[in-house]
Amino acid sequence: MLRYEVRVLENYEIANFIYKMTLDAGEIAQRAQPGQFVHIKIPEDASLLLRRPISINGVDLTTGQVDLIYQVVGKGTNILSGVKKDTKLDVLGPLGRGFWIPEGCMKLYIVGGGCGVAPIKFIGQRFGHLDITSFLGFRSRSAAYQIQDFESFSREVFISTDDGSMGEKGPILHSLRHKLSHERPDIILACGPVPMLKILQSFVAEHDIPCQISLEERMGCGVGGCMVCSCEIGDDGHRDYKKVCADGPVFWSEEVLLG
Amino acid sequence: MKELDLNIDIAGVHFKNPIIAASGTYGFGLEYERYMDLNQLGGIAVTGLTLEPRKGNPPPRIAETPSGILNSVGLQNPGIDLFLEKYLPILKEYKTVIIANINGNTPGEYSELASRLADSSVDMVELNLSCPNVREGGIAFGTDPKTVYAITKEVKQRVRHPLIVKLTPNVTDITQIALAAQEGGGNAISLVNTFLGMAIDAKTRKPILANITGGLSGPAIKPLALRMVWQVSGAVKIPVIGMGGIMSGEDTAEFLLAGATAAAVGTANLVSPNAMMEILDGLKAYMTENGVPRIKELIGSLRYSV
Repeated sequence: MLRYEVRVLENYEIANFIYKMTLDAGEIAQRAQPGQFVHIKIPEDASLLLRRPISINGVDLTTGQVDLIYQVVGKGTNILSGVKKDTKLDVLGPLGRGFWIPEGCMKLYIVGGGCGVAPIKFIGQRFGHLDITSFLGFRSRSAAYQIQDFESFSREVFISTDDGSMGEKGPILHSLRHKLSHERPDIILACGPVPMLKILQSFVAEHDIPCQISLEERMGCGVGGCMVCSCEIGDDGHRDYKKVCADGPVFWSEEVLLG
Repeated sequence: MKELDLNIDIAGVHFKNPIIAASGTYGFGLEYERYMDLNQLGGIAVTGLTLEPRKGNPPPRIAETPSGILNSVGLQNPGIDLFLEKYLPILKEYKTVIIANINGNTPGEYSELASRLADSSVDMVELNLSCPNVREGGIAFGTDPKTVYAITKEVKQRVRHPLIVKLTPNVTDITQIALAAQEGGGNAISLVNTFLGMAIDAKTRKPILANITGGLSGPAIKPLALRMVWQVSGAVKIPVIGMGGIMSGEDTAEFLLAGATAAAVGTANLVSPNAMMEILDGLKAYMTENGVPRIKELIGSLRYSV
């Protein structure tokens, strides 16, 4: 059983429209892997039936705390942003297949865009003993978060913003492309908007670097039963839909056909 | 009160309680094993089966609407052969009624599906004449009484199993369709499948579902479903399995009062993977609190005057 009633310890805005929520959820903390998510029932408004899948930003194994990061995009996340300390939430998790580091991988590039920066921070926290270089993209300085955390475990941190208010101006993949021209990681792990992931897919294909990407899709049950959160997998010969919630959300870059 | 009696029978098949997982919301049940004991369920209607494997519709396949869910999965499934070979043997180890839900593009495909099930160990067959999300078949068959009669009759001749006919609510007079299913040899009726609907994102000016339209389910449709279950159970002699927005034990009781013999739970499974256990507990609490020792007493016992 992975369904818990958990207490909210903290819930506040850490960047423009980006919130960090900390849950007192020992069992989830113990089991959580980077790239996995929790599925939260929205409180207060019973007319919102569906849970919201939210990626795990980090855990504290000693205190049993689980950090989540979410962006306020609609009614559900808006209600969530107003949740007060000590509120009890109905949470499923940890769900899905997270990132996995194949044996022998020592040199990691982790790439995050916007809300996608949240789950990749957990990679750094868990695999801090490996050689990590971080590439973080935000809309602007006001939308950036947790830079110091990345600095604490990364050999180098590259930052880009769309408006140039922090780091380089332009897409974060410019920095990645530049870096790839004179260095090669063992694996790239990424999460972010689909346009970013699509360009990344072609980069890694070109450089023949193993890469895992984490996908987002409108979700139903979250446990692999209802078949609504599908993503297309395969090549021109054979195409199929897999479940983002249970087969993913993390997939090998080359197996996913992004829309 | 003495121990509660939740046993019911549908077309000679015994159910330990009236809670059935609705097809298309519960996979093959096995995905939910870690959240609940499948042995506790009255029955499981497995996800809609087709002759060939189907990959389903492109995403997004789901939209949230007020107290409802709009979906357009498009019958993604591994095909009937893989179901029979791989999933059914595992499912048969559970002490619950297994219902195979079948879907054809043509009347001939329904016949072929029925033939493949003829010797199988499923407990019941559910003829789905109501999927709103496929280009061919589905809802198109379920809106014409003559076609419903013909396909029901054809399938009934090929299977030894009790046959449930699942109806679409997207019709003018649901009782005509139900009577046609009964006439064709159907042993039970299940209703309602989802209501055809759509959701639009005003900001992007785009439909939310890639398929544009989808099937609406959840508490939003409960009053419509209750009305149709009440109408149909008054019109036919065969038992009715009611569904449409059941989220609690009391919702279940309402469907039984309206005339259903059993109740299928769909959308609630998407909200919480162990929802049916909570609903079953809620139904028991309702029975205790309202002095209903035997669930059968509830069926069709709606009190009203006209």
